[in-house]
Amino acid sequence: MSAREEILARLRAATRDVTTQQGARGELAVTAASAESPARTLELFVHNVADYRARVERCSPGDVATSIAAALVRGGAHRVVVPDGLDASWIAPLRDSGIRLVPDRADDGRPLSSAELDEVDAVVTAARVGIATTGTIVLDHDTDQGRRVLSLVPDQHVCVIRADRVVHDVPDAVSLLDPLRPLTWISGPSATSDIELDRVEGVHGPRILDVIVIEP
Amino acid sequence: MPSFQRAARDALANTQQRRNLAHATATIRAKRERVVGEVDRWEDLRVAGAEAKDEALHHLPDYLEQLEANLTARGATVHWARDADEANAIVLGLIRDKGADEVVKVKSMLTQEIELNERLEEAGIHAWETDLAELIVQLGHDRPSHILVPAIHRNRAEIREIFLREMGSVGRPAPKDLTDEPAKLAEAARLHLREKFLRAKVAISGANFAVADTGTLVVVESEGNGRMCLTLPETLISLVGVEKVLPTFADLGPMLQLLPRSSTGERMNPYTSMWTGVTPGDGPQEVHVVLVDNGRSRVLADEVGRQALRCIRCSACLNVCPVYERAGGHAYGSVYPGPIGAVLNPLLRGTGSEVDKSLPYASSLCGACFEACPVRIDIPQLLVHMRTQVVDEASGRSPEALGMKAAAWTFADHRRLETAQRASSLSGRLLGNRTVRSVPGLGAWTQARDVPTPPKETFRQWWRRTHEDES
Ligand code: SF4
Repeated sequence: MSAREEILARLRAATRDVTTQQGARGELAVTAASAESPARTLELFVHNVADYRARVERCSPGDVATSIAAALVRGGAHRVVVPDGLDASWIAPLRDSGIRLVPDRADDGRPLSSAELDEVDAVVTAARVGIATTGTIVLDHDTDQGRRVLSLVPDQHVCVIRADRVVHDVPDAVSLLDPLRPLTWISGPSATSDIELDRVEGVHGPRILDVIVIEP
Repeated sequence: MPSFQRAARDALANTQQRRNLAHATATIRAKRERVVGEVDRWEDLRVAGAEAKDEALHHLPDYLEQLEANLTARGATVHWARDADEANAIVLGLIRDKGADEVVKVKSMLTQEIELNERLEEAGIHAWETDLAELIVQLGHDRPSHILVPAIHRNRAEIREIFLREMGSVGRPAPKDLTDEPAKLAEAARLHLREKFLRAKVAISGANFAVADTGTLVVVESEGNGRMCLTLPETLISLVGVEKVLPTFADLGPMLQLLPRSSTGERMNPYTSMWTGVTPGDGPQEVHVVLVDNGRSRVLADEVGRQALRCIRCSACLNVCPVYERAGGHAYGSVYPGPIGAVLNPLLRGTGSEVDKSLPYASSLCGACFEACPVRIDIPQLLVHMRTQVVDEASGRSPEALGMKAAAWTFADHRRLETAQRASSLSGRLLGNRTVRSVPGLGAWTQARDVPTPPKETFRQWWRRTHEDES
């Protein structure tokens, strides 16, 4: 018998006593906390993101580019990678600020290698969903968010999210996400508490996380 | 293998470890209580979590077949392993196919359970642990002592020593002027590991969840080492215990509310990665999933014991356990320490060895582990269930076996337990300090042994009285 057949047979034998049908538990219970209002949800999101020692800023659609530039200057970034599909108006003014923009795909269409990415200081991405109760941003790596490594290897991540993409609780986010895409949930910068439980920001992922919320 | 009691006695003599542990468990306990308190429907969440796991476990073969079909449809290759040897052989074969002589690893309890690192080393393949705590344990030629913070028994000065002494022999050395500041130690680990991430061709991970209806695997972490392993190398091999299955993607909703709050006491851990097979142009282009039994079908066959397979390895039960807090993780003689280890190890391996026989006794049956468990595993009930098994096996229908069966009945239901505890502490108050010489109904058993005087209060009453200020 193959390992597969044998394991499945063992498991079938082990569950012979089960009399319920598959799916007998019925509909999944609602476990999401509910929102008082969209404004409260957004406040909670901003509060919880900041609580993780990420830098969070709210701005109007007209000020996105300025906020991004200011965040990059604060982080001391010189070389910044941007995903192909990022809103061009967000980063156009950067070209005059002495910050060098590095496209993920060079003219020959080849994506940056890990070693090349390691030479980059920061990344600017959009986000698919934000979660208020946990202060989380979720990337689904669509073209405005780029490949997974882009938001991982550089030391600063500037993430821009539209206010209408912030949901209240975790199950709300799960129901919006496409499971067939790779998903990265980010709650604050990289952190460890492995040494005497002292929280230290930044081991391998970006040590600086800026979240910019665009309000209509 | 020493019994728990012997190992615990040695561990108790290690005052450094006891101090580290007491500090750590108290800190995590307080954080956990705070963030669990923020959630209004915590009890509903626990029930939803337990139901999701039970649904998967009760129909495990069907969900595994569904998982396999979805993984395969998304470009992953699925392997099945009956036991540790088979799992290790599959992984070794895959690494050899790639011509690699090293792999980077995300923290995984299952790979520790099957001793994958040791098998790979024997075959000449270096397996680099990339979680900071696992790195400390690996460089220190040591064993993990906690599910969540495996190097909890080490302090910063020891970690500095280990880094200075060992890093150079396996890669980029620690800076000469390394201090014992946690930020500096983390920085040294960052630099040491980054060269390994950037050159690794093959990575090995576990999974916190494997979703049957989509084929999605989930890894929950803090540092970003997981994301490095899951996205940089060309080939990713994930070892997944068959009990990790969740029926639907929507089940991740409650699970991701339960796990971080129970585990690190955070609203959400810094990073969670989800991937479904291969994504063209992003991340590893060759993805393997090894589904491992290694004793799990045996646990599933035990109708009482199978609830232990709900465990999502959050470690909340360790942090509230007064026995773990004093004995430390090594005394449990396995990768699964604490209350859950005390039941899971003998369930997985049987009660043949000295340590597995002793583990069901490594508890005060105070019930704190059940209250903390996000998926409502009734660990006290399981401990008594396993004690019955140990005693039955030793002597057939001995008086002890019958006594333990009565206890099993009592512990099987919390109301019965509390009534019995109240009754016994009441009789304790009536008896004063006199030793009980006989108990009606236990007859022969108490003629040979003195029954300790029942305490005047239950453990939980005592805990509340003496620890009021901490909660
Ligand atoms: S038994 Fe429960 S509390 Fe203990 S580690 Fe498992 S899930 Fe967490």
